[in-house]
Amino acid sequence: MKKRALQAMIRKDLTAVIRSKGLMIPMIIVPLIFFILIPVLTSLAPNLINIPGANLAEFETFLERMPGGLQEILAPYNLEQSVIVMMVVYVFAPMFLIVPLMVSSVIAADSFAGEKERGTIEALLYTPLSDLELFLAKLLAAWIPALLVSLAGFVIYTLAANLAGWRIMGEIFFPNWMWVGLVFWVSPAVAGLGLSTMVLVSSRVKGFQEANQIGGVVVLPILLLVIGQTTGVMYFNLSLVLLLGLLIWVVDAVLFWIGVRTFARERLVVGS
Amino acid sequence: MNDSPLIETTELTRYFDEVRAVDRLSIQVYPGEVFGLLGHNGAGKTTTVRLLNGLLKPSDGRALVMGHDPLGKGTTVRAQTGVLTETPSLDERLTGRENLAIFAALYQVPKLRVASRVEELLESFGLAGRADDPVGEYSRGMKQRLALARTLLHQPQLLFLDEPTSGLDPVSSRRVQELIADLSASGKTVLLCTHNLEEAHRLCHRVAVLRQGKVIALGTPEELAERISEQLQLVVEVAPEDEQQIRKVVHQRGWQVADQKQPGTYQIKGATRDQIPDLVRDLAQAGVDVYQMVNVQPTLEDVYFALHAGEEVRV
Repeated sequence: MKKRALQAMIRKDLTAVIRSKGLMIPMIIVPLIFFILIPVLTSLAPNLINIPGANLAEFETFLERMPGGLQEILAPYNLEQSVIVMMVVYVFAPMFLIVPLMVSSVIAADSFAGEKERGTIEALLYTPLSDLELFLAKLLAAWIPALLVSLAGFVIYTLAANLAGWRIMGEIFFPNWMWVGLVFWVSPAVAGLGLSTMVLVSSRVKGFQEANQIGGVVVLPILLLVIGQTTGVMYFNLSLVLLLGLLIWVVDAVLFWIGVRTFARERLVVGS
Repeated sequence: MNDSPLIETTELTRYFDEVRAVDRLSIQVYPGEVFGLLGHNGAGKTTTVRLLNGLLKPSDGRALVMGHDPLGKGTTVRAQTGVLTETPSLDERLTGRENLAIFAALYQVPKLRVASRVEELLESFGLAGRADDPVGEYSRGMKQRLALARTLLHQPQLLFLDEPTSGLDPVSSRRVQELIADLSASGKTVLLCTHNLEEAHRLCHRVAVLRQGKVIALGTPEELAERISEQLQLVVEVAPEDEQQIRKVVHQRGWQVADQKQPGTYQIKGATRDQIPDLVRDLAQAGVDVYQMVNVQPTLEDVYFALHAGEEVRV
């Protein structure tokens, strides 16, 4: 494995992404919304409960619909605290996964379909890198930033949630072990899912936009998780997170295997 | 040409579905040679380059590049060759310097050599002044020069240049041709794919003319020209009012005469060298004032058009 060449390829793709406003703007705005705006607004939400006329009963009904395990967790908290814990720790947990998914998908689409569209792939194919090395470099170029954005987002989210919620919570309530599992086990797998999907999509489309549009369907499982959590069909706990991560890693492995077979010079040349 | 060839293909064939893109190609390219692959778009030139670098697998036949079969040793072959693709294939969001530095790492140029090698190439290709500008801001000619510089980063002995002057203005085109001539003078072996016949004539030691993936002529430009031109092509300039007389004299001898672009200038086909004095005498006797008579050697362009018009050239 030519480590230096791999590093150079990753550097190339990342530099190109960083210099592209079209790619960077959504990759800055979306994490800002998820990691700062949402925890801050959520921590302010209990104030709305104190507004005369606000319907407390509705939120209590919402909590009652949650699974028993979750109600037990929320039991030590008063209603205001429960609002914050419920939203910051549980409702937004699946939404957090959208960020690594989006970052890896966008970079992968640019790296695979975009490279094909711009006609820059051919020069890379003439380098002494093997198909596998080229493929790995391109995967890592999309995967590493997704992980970094996730980790940075987690740190920012932790700070924002605890700072904004301090007045009501009076303690550091975030993160819990479920979130640690989510960030370090599920999030890398979800990033892998985004980019593996995009690799497959990119091999069948002509350009970046098309790849993004078709590859966007990968967000659907995440939306199902969001719906499942908010309707009380399930709730994110450590066991679920570990199991979910395992499932996604398996899917990743299958997609990776297909991707390696798809990413062959012959196919790229004939398809270009 | 006593050395063993750097490229040797034997009946190399590649199909795309039913289309035979390369058809039983058998060529040898020797060290230090500039070998031209000539042909229309779709004649099989780019497919040949891809086959020789292990990007495509042959349907039949085999190739050896620097002693290695690109089919199984593509990585080894590509480490020793430099390829200029038909489009510059540069990342336009990166600067010229960054493009070269990244490819230097991909080609395993020693880490400590990268900066100086990049600088050296930027200087010699006249790009040093714009090295830190994004490539997207470069002209087409600058991009092509940068792409050419990229092929030389790892100092390969064998270069594949696919339509290196395609789409360039005449000045940029000439500049790139001069760079290729310099490379040849420095001992590099070049496989030049082009449909620019003047360029091939200027730069190539030998050429193979491809039609539908098949070699229809192979030799030096001069050899090919000789083969299509057993008879002379004379260009004669006479007074414009002598048109009737010159046509009469030429037709009496059973030769052909064709108008040239300049008034009073005619091309005569069919005469042999021994017959020139007779022609001059006949013209003088007919009262034709001859200002100039030139024996025109056929160019590679004449050869090419003759071949594509269906005239066979035995190779």
